[in-house]
Amino acid sequence: MMKDKDTLTLKATPGSPITEADLHAYVDDVLSAGRRAEVDVFLTTHADARANIEAWTRQKKMLKQAYDPAADEAIPLRFAVRPPARPPRWLAAAAAVLMAVASGVGAWVVRGEWDQRAMAVRAPASAAAAKAGDLGGFVHRAAVAHAVYTPEVRRPVEVGADQEQALATWLTKRLGATVRPPHLGDVGYALVGGRLLPGGVGPVAQFMYSANDGRRLTLYVTREAAGDKSAFRFSREGEVNVFYWVDEQFGYALSGDIERAELLRVSEEVYRQLG
Amino acid sequence: MGARQEAEIVACIPSLRRYARGLTADAARADDLVQDTLEHAWRRLSMWRRQGELRAWLFGIMHNVFIDGVRARRLRDTVHDDDAIAAVPVRAQQSDGLEVRDLDRLLQRLNPDVRAVLLLITVEELSYKEAARALDVPVGTIMSRLSRGRERLAAMRAGREPVTPLRRVK
Repeated sequence: MMKDKDTLTLKATPGSPITEADLHAYVDDVLSAGRRAEVDVFLTTHADARANIEAWTRQKKMLKQAYDPAADEAIPLRFAVRPPARPPRWLAAAAAVLMAVASGVGAWVVRGEWDQRAMAVRAPASAAAAKAGDLGGFVHRAAVAHAVYTPEVRRPVEVGADQEQALATWLTKRLGATVRPPHLGDVGYALVGGRLLPGGVGPVAQFMYSANDGRRLTLYVTREAAGDKSAFRFSREGEVNVFYWVDEQFGYALSGDIERAELLRVSEEVYRQLG
Repeated sequence: MGARQEAEIVACIPSLRRYARGLTADAARADDLVQDTLEHAWRRLSMWRRQGELRAWLFGIMHNVFIDGVRARRLRDTVHDDDAIAAVPVRAQQSDGLEVRDLDRLLQRLNPDVRAVLLLITVEELSYKEAARALDVPVGTIMSRLSRGRERLAAMRAGREPVTPLRRVK
């Protein structure tokens, strides 16, 4: 490793002479407002410094433009997106909690507030689940997950829509089949992001969407019901409306606190895109 | 530990790839570097005590993995000097513009430590302090490497600096 000969330091004491370090910091926009103003004054009388700043700014833009596209490429599936070997304990623990809720026996202990949210869908759902139509309980779990996460302000999703590629790769790896969020902009809903959740027997994906007025939809994607190809079905789980269907690979449940007709319209778009 | 931390690491992957691409100038090597970095990160996750940004911590791991690789390659190249490969790998992707490949080539002529700082500050937009923490050097060292990197890259682009000749495959 080579030794650094000269060491530039940032001395931001007001009034101290402008150094080369200040010029770099100016380009990288890390100066305090006061120091920046001092550099601005300095630049009016120092053409060479001005030329440096312009050149470095251009260079920075050029480097960003050259390498930014690499961040948007589809992510290879071989990447290690989870800890090696040892199955995560949270999965088993969280699955147990959700199962307890679904069977209507145990307490929902993750967080006090969640308890109430989950309650909103609990009672009527046990009756609904008793009907044969609930495909192994996933529709109910989807509605519970919807009720738990949509009011979340601080962290409604684990991976945001700005990292859509990473999100899709991660969920694809964890579910073991290609998963991607449909684009629902045409029907008025923008992707917020997604998260991984414990389902009845394995991980499931939840994508969250938001309309301009802040209303949120969630799309729950599971492999638990695979094989039982089915048509659209509707279920009302407490305050949450759910349209669900199954194709070869996945079961889908689209949940929302919105009117049935509106939810159907979005469901059709999801179906059109994901099959 | 759990899904949240997984998600946090996953959200860093695009940045890691971009940084690796700049470091290596080779898409396949860059992805190997990302994969090695992720494996290291999972093993050391308990050591990350949330001091600062997770992304900076991951860049630090990547840098160490990368520098180890550079050293190993140097060693290998000295041992098998006869069949040395061209020092600058050529990117396989057709879609890359000439401009990017040109830039790749020039960056590869910078000292790896200087290249790392230039990329972390300009492309990844880390603060000087974050870069110092990631590379485990003082902020003053970051500043001088940044200065040298900007200077040399500009000089090379302007053609003012004689380009060190590549070793060729015989």
